Amino acid sequence: MAEATNAIAEQFDSSEQQHESAWLGLWAFLATEVLFFGGVFLGYIVYRHVYYESFVLASRTTNLVYGTVNTAVLLTSSLTMALAVHAAQVGKNKNLVRFLILTILLAITFMGVKGVEYYEHYKDHQIPGPSFVLKGAPEGELFYYFYFTMTGLHALHVVIGIGLLSVMALLAARRRFNPAYYTPVELSGLYWHFVDIVWIFLYPLIYLISRHS
Amino acid sequence: MSAKIISPKTYVLVWLALMILLFLTWGASEINFGVFSPVIAIVIAVIKMLLVVLIFMHVRYSSRLTWVFAAAGFLWLMIMITLTMGDYLTRGTVRPQNKSIPEWKVDTESQSR
Repeated sequence: MAEATNAIAEQFDSSEQQHESAWLGLWAFLATEVLFFGGVFLGYIVYRHVYYESFVLASRTTNLVYGTVNTAVLLTSSLTMALAVHAAQVGKNKNLVRFLILTILLAITFMGVKGVEYYEHYKDHQIPGPSFVLKGAPEGELFYYFYFTMTGLHALHVVIGIGLLSVMALLAARRRFNPAYYTPVELSGLYWHFVDIVWIFLYPLIYLISRHS
Repeated sequence: MSAKIISPKTYVLVWLALMILLFLTWGASEINFGVFSPVIAIVIAVIKMLLVVLIFMHVRYSSRLTWVFAAAGFLWLMIMITLTMGDYLTRGTVRPQNKSIPEWKVDTESQSR
C-alpha cells in the first residue's frame, strides 16, 4: 500500500513535479476562496459605510471576549497544524497523529465557543427575523445578516476542516504517510491556515473597528 | 520531496508573535484613536496574515510561482475593494454639469448623514 501512495501518476515526470502541481492547485483553490469570502467582506465594508451609525452600534453589541478567545484558539490551532506537517516531514508518525488530534480538538473548541455566542445572540433577540430587536440602530438587522453570513460561512469551513483533518489523522494512524510522501497532510494544513486567516480578518471587522469610531 | 524543513522553534516563535499581535490589537480597540482605530486593527491583521502565509504556509521557502499564486487572490481582492470604495467614498463630491453650485450644495447636504 505504501508503494501505491508513493507512485507517480503517468502525466508527471517526477515526484517533485507531481508535488508542485498539487501544491499550486491548492493555492489556486485558495485564491478562489479569497474572492468568495472577499465578496461578503466587501458587502460588509460598503454597508458599514452607507449605514455607518447602525453598523457601529450593532457591532458594539457583539461579545469581544468570545471573539478574542476564539482568535487565540484558532491561532494556536495553526501552530499545532504547522507542527503536524513538521512531524510528517521528519517521519515522526506518532507526533503527526497527536498534533492532528490536537488541531481537531482546538477546532471543536472554536465551534463550541461560537455555539455559546450564537445562543446568546438568540437569547438577546439578535437573530435577524420577526423577533429581532436592536434599539437605536434601524439597520442593525442588516449588520446581523452580515454577521451570521460571514461567521456562518467561516464556521462551515471549520467543520469541513475538522472532517479533512480527521481523515488525515486516520490515514496517519494507518501509517500512510512518510517523509517521502505527505502531500495530503501538507495541503490540508494549507487549507487550515487559510481558515485561520479568514478569521484573522473577521475578528477586527466584526469585533474591533467599531468600538471607538 | 525537496520541501524545506523549518524547526519547530521557528513555529513557536511565530505563534508567540501572533499572540502578542492579538493582545496589541485587542488593547488598541479599547483606546480611542479616532479614524485610526480601524487602520490599526487592519494593519495588525495584515501583519498576522503575512506571518501565517510566509512561515506556517511555507510561502517564504517556496517557488516564485507559489508567490504569484498566493499574491493573485489578494491582488484581485484589493482591486475589487479599491474600485468599489472609490465609487462609494466619492459619491456627491463631483458637481453634475446641470446643477449650479448652490443647488448642488443643498442636494449634498440633504443626502449626507
